[in-house]
Amino acid sequence: MKRLGIDIGSTTIKCVVLSDAGEVLYSSYDRHRAKIVSCMTELLQTVADRFPGEEMAVAVSGSAGMGIANDLGIPFVQEVWATRLAVKKLRPETDTVIELGGEDAKILFLSETMEVRMNGSCAGGTGAFIDQMAALMGVTPDEMNELSKKSERTYTIASRCGVFAKSDVQPLINQGAKREDIAASIFLAVVNQTVAGLAQGREITGRVLYLGGPLTFLPGLRDAFDSTLRVQGVCPDNSLYYVAMGAAMSHTAEPYLPASLSRLTASYVSKSGYLGCEPLFKNEEELAAFRRRHANDTGNIHRVDTPVGDLCLGIDAGSTTVKAVLVDRDGNLFHPLYTSNGGNPVPILKDYLTELYRAYPDIRIVSSAVTGYGEQLVRAAFGCDMGIVETVAHYTAAARFCPEVDFIIDIGGQDIKCFQIRGGAIDSIYLNEACSSGCGSFLQTFSSLLGDTPASFAERALHADAPVDLGSRCTVFMNSSVKQAQKDGASVENIAAGLAISVVKNALYKVIRCANPAALGEHIVVQGGTFLSDAVLRAFERETGRECLRPEVAGLMGAYGAALWAQKHQPKESTLIDAAGLASFRHEVKALTCGGCENHCCLTVNTFGQGGKFIAGNRCEKPVRGAAATEHYDLYAFKQSLLDAYRENRREDGKPTVGIPMGLNLYELLPFWYTLFRYLGYNVHVSGPSSHALHVRGQHTIPSDTVCYPAKLLHGHMEDLIHAGVDMIFYPSMTYNLDEGRGKNHYNCPVVAYYPRVLGANVKFPPEVRYIDGFVGIHNRREFPRHFVRMMAENGVKLDLARVKAASDAAYAEYASYMNRVREEGKRYLAIAREKHLPVIVLAGRPYHIDGEINHGIPRLICDLGAVVVSEDAVAADVPRFDTTVLNQWTYHARLYAAARAVRDEKELTMNLVQLVSFGCGVDAITSDETRAILESGGKLYTQIKIDEITNLGAVKIRLRSLFAVTGEQKETAEK
Amino acid sequence: MKDKKRKPSEEDCPWGFERPQFTREMKETHTILCPDIFPIHMRLVTEIFKMYGYRVEILRSRGRQVIQRGLEQVHNDMCYPAICMCGQQIDALTSGKYDPHKVALIQFQTGGGCRASNYIWMLRKALHNMGFDYVPVLSLSFSKVEKHSGFRITPMMMVKGLIAILYGDMMMLLKNQVKPYEQNPGDTDAVMDKWYAKLADEMKHNRGLFGRALSKNLRAMAEDFHNIPRNAVKKTKVGIVGEIYVKYSAFGNNGLEEFLASQGCEYMVPGVFPFFQYMFDCHLTERDLYGDGSRRGTLLSRIGAWVGAKLEKRFQKALEPYPEFVRPGTFRELRERGEKLLGRGVNMGEGWLLPAEIAELVEKGYTNIICVQPFGCLPNHIVGKGVVRTIRNTYPHANICPVDYDAGASKVNQENRIKLMLALTEEEDG
Repeated sequence: MKRLGIDIGSTTIKCVVLSDAGEVLYSSYDRHRAKIVSCMTELLQTVADRFPGEEMAVAVSGSAGMGIANDLGIPFVQEVWATRLAVKKLRPETDTVIELGGEDAKILFLSETMEVRMNGSCAGGTGAFIDQMAALMGVTPDEMNELSKKSERTYTIASRCGVFAKSDVQPLINQGAKREDIAASIFLAVVNQTVAGLAQGREITGRVLYLGGPLTFLPGLRDAFDSTLRVQGVCPDNSLYYVAMGAAMSHTAEPYLPASLSRLTASYVSKSGYLGCEPLFKNEEELAAFRRRHANDTGNIHRVDTPVGDLCLGIDAGSTTVKAVLVDRDGNLFHPLYTSNGGNPVPILKDYLTELYRAYPDIRIVSSAVTGYGEQLVRAAFGCDMGIVETVAHYTAAARFCPEVDFIIDIGGQDIKCFQIRGGAIDSIYLNEACSSGCGSFLQTFSSLLGDTPASFAERALHADAPVDLGSRCTVFMNSSVKQAQKDGASVENIAAGLAISVVKNALYKVIRCANPAALGEHIVVQGGTFLSDAVLRAFERETGRECLRPEVAGLMGAYGAALWAQKHQPKESTLIDAAGLASFRHEVKALTCGGCENHCCLTVNTFGQGGKFIAGNRCEKPVRGAAATEHYDLYAFKQSLLDAYRENRREDGKPTVGIPMGLNLYELLPFWYTLFRYLGYNVHVSGPSSHALHVRGQHTIPSDTVCYPAKLLHGHMEDLIHAGVDMIFYPSMTYNLDEGRGKNHYNCPVVAYYPRVLGANVKFPPEVRYIDGFVGIHNRREFPRHFVRMMAENGVKLDLARVKAASDAAYAEYASYMNRVREEGKRYLAIAREKHLPVIVLAGRPYHIDGEINHGIPRLICDLGAVVVSEDAVAADVPRFDTTVLNQWTYHARLYAAARAVRDEKELTMNLVQLVSFGCGVDAITSDETRAILESGGKLYTQIKIDEITNLGAVKIRLRSLFAVTGEQKETAEK
Repeated sequence: MKDKKRKPSEEDCPWGFERPQFTREMKETHTILCPDIFPIHMRLVTEIFKMYGYRVEILRSRGRQVIQRGLEQVHNDMCYPAICMCGQQIDALTSGKYDPHKVALIQFQTGGGCRASNYIWMLRKALHNMGFDYVPVLSLSFSKVEKHSGFRITPMMMVKGLIAILYGDMMMLLKNQVKPYEQNPGDTDAVMDKWYAKLADEMKHNRGLFGRALSKNLRAMAEDFHNIPRNAVKKTKVGIVGEIYVKYSAFGNNGLEEFLASQGCEYMVPGVFPFFQYMFDCHLTERDLYGDGSRRGTLLSRIGAWVGAKLEKRFQKALEPYPEFVRPGTFRELRERGEKLLGRGVNMGEGWLLPAEIAELVEKGYTNIICVQPFGCLPNHIVGKGVVRTIRNTYPHANICPVDYDAGASKVNQENRIKLMLALTEEEDG
């Protein structure tokens, strides 16, 4: 009997017909666009026509096939299992299979103990991700493949999640990095994601087999895997059909006539329903009333068709779009531009300006301002007079339409910006963190997935009768929810409405984190391209219970605000490029590595015809301004330099050497352990500086891909120490930290406390290196020596108690002295700030945030913006004990609250707190709200920066600049 | 550090808010709403509360709306159990079913360095933000209980509570081993119902809690389950371990047990009782490892451990006549396994208990392990995913499948993963 296997994946449907001998007689591969039932019916009919009247053994496989197979009683084979069956039969010599699909990634280890891995709830690094990235670059995946072959270098792109990666790729595109290099970098990110996420401590070696769509169609991706894994993988014939073949080969397959099966599926209706919520509009009248109301939103500001008088230009070079507009004296708009930036705003703006000068040779542009991600690039390219931070631009524009505005929400292509206005100044700012879910590009992705344009998609949502309740979550999760809803029979209308509601909920509950939407403000102005959708606007109004104002130019507000700003701050003479300049305009991009410091940033240097130059990719201003121009007061750097004294790694002959990894809590305890071991007669070798390369060296031993980056880095540090010729590596497990008397307890967080154990279980230590990860409690000073001696003895190291006692005294003293030096220096900086009237930023993190690979040079960036940077422990010391509304039980976080308290109570200095939060740090779900509450109770702003493996410094800059703009304004108001 | 016990004052915490007391009068007027945790056990534990004059109601609400409530009011990145449990309570408060002035909320607290010790604080914050400042929030915990004049857990209540949990463990253990094989569908549930009623009645009269009466009941229970006619079929044996809320709560784990039953599996979920023994043991561990703890605390923990061991013995003995039932190992055995696999000092969240339970299940024939964990659970980086390698090295035939639960995780993906695990079993079986 012939055998038929059907593989219904997340995006495609595949089938094979095998002969008795196992040869492939027929195969097909189609995108199903979520219309699984009809595709399957068609497919079965085709098979029936091809092999009329023949009964076949049939089985279904694939992530999207489970429901339908179960409901119809057709045998279902789990897809990884199917792959396994096919590989065993066709390629029995294989050691490892790497299979990438539309939304899933799998690794099968076949030799020795068999293990299979599938991606968890994250779809980063899969076909969908590659498609998304290609769309972002404006190429097809095939073109991307071609581009990748010509790359000269690669950039690091976050590999953990497609959404984060997107926010890394976008700035690269905006900064003008070469497309060839970006393409190759994206492939490398996919490789890293697969290795880090799925290998989980097992090395990929031997004969590797590549399966699935992306690896079949993109040789460039295969090459990236080959070179990273140092293997020579094979992509076999029929690499697309292994799952389908495995299903066909399965002994559970049962005989069916394809024709009758086709009839069965044709009449199939999913059994489970979906959860619906209230429609956006109950009837057409409601919709009409809604439209009438918003038709008046723009007031007396008009679009004009001919330029009159002096004009000012505003440009908003956003993450995915470019907007530009001119305004006249009355604030009327002229010649607006709103277009996708296609990866590079420069040629688009060049065309725009050229066209403008050509059509209106007499035009007088007296001032120009630019805002947005591409601010500096555009400014350098076209000589704009000023750059302003986006938040200020948006407020300026909104206030023009509604002077009493007290809340502005802007949902753009990739970012959500919300701010509250109090007393005519921006008060609280909320930006979405590196996660672009719930934004315009999100809706766009789904509309195209469902084969529709964004505009018609939004229109359809208005007529939904029971919108799908999708919750508010990350795009990737949303993907599966949408698919599920489709399977459950939700119409496109209801999905579209459900997505609009989800966008709003995401903004309200995830970004703003408001408990009571009605309390946001009375006069709300909505803007940004996403709000052009009536469905989103309606959902927002319903959720907040307020009638909002949506200016007709909602998508142009950034540019409009910039233009108004330019008008208000008119220069004597505009430096904007003129028609002649445009005619000879040239733009060149070069990539190089900065040698300015140990960061070795990958720079992209843009040069323009008239000598304009723009450098991107730098973490500090050094390559831009030359050697450090002004003096920096950076306590983070000071701490580093203090620690360097313990990291000389000198070795005296004849003494045993103990290796200490530089990570997590050891960033603070190094003085303690260094002194203790030196005193006991050991050489101390501390692992080298963190870097991305170091991370990659250790990433194959990371068991949990969702742990924070600081913890992940330790795997690299371990590799470093293993090859440093040390006798033992010491990294103690510590449930408790030192008790500083600030909270109800003095724990470490679970990861800091026990990560040594994870390393012990997952890193391969050679026999000659002893790894000591025993439990110690330095919080109990009196008992510490005795228990330390016992613990070391259990690990085979005999120590003398009396000596340990003396050593521990020295160690505690050294630790206290280190902490004291930090505090003293902090005080000195504050005194300088007072004297020189400099703003102070308390950059509050945890001790390991001083690692440059973890903080991505943010302290320096703040210094470059002209502020003094001190760390949380420097200001926390003098704060008396106080109560909090959360359980204050972790030492590091108790310092954070105390620092917030100090900032709150500071009256004299312009002092603000910026909290550094590592992705995946669960504790910060608790601390961030409390810190905000403390600061806001004293009228201070709360600013949070989320950092990860890679961090988009562009977004960080916006946040910081907004903060400075706000505090500057507040000060001005106060002085008035 | 002298001022550790200082009372909060307005001056001290201007962003703070009042924490209302549960007064003695409220005992009469207020219903205490309890989230749905340990479904079998809590039914019995509420009987203890009733015995002491409290009105306790377990919330059974489910669905997206509950989750949405939790997401809105509790930080989005907070652990999934907090979202579920607080969501249920907030949903109840706003449902109109209760007079908010006549209810109090209760949260189960384990304490320790895990985020879970902050659930109750998060709930209070949420209530404050919603204007429910007047609703008292109680904590159910064995250590450092906050004082409420009208809500006291006496040592006797604690012991009785432990006994209720022991009963719950026995019912769960037997149900899980009998139900998949019952010849007449419904037999097992009937026996369960019989025992719920019997135990509730006995507890009401303060009977069946100690000594021989306890042993007799446990034994009779085993006898009843033993007498249920069963089919001699072979089923895939699956062990469920993981974070304590999602492990037991069908709401938290998307009906995992039901799904496994539909796939023709017999599943085993380790008991709740050892978790309490583990909590007593943590205090003693810290004394051994760091020299911490007061004399009084040590003494109390010793007593707790001793009582635990006594009760455990009765539990074990009751099962002796029925060798067909898999008997859980003793706590001492568990601890030895935990020490070997992870180290006794790891005691945040489930700590060393989790790998110890995996090891025990594998050794007792439940080689397929589903390790459930809330997405982003901090201890699980260590005690879950972190030790999988060690366990695989020790037990190469263990088939471990970690599954994440989260407001956004899809049931289809979770079930697909479990199906893969089950497919692997088939290969081993031939």
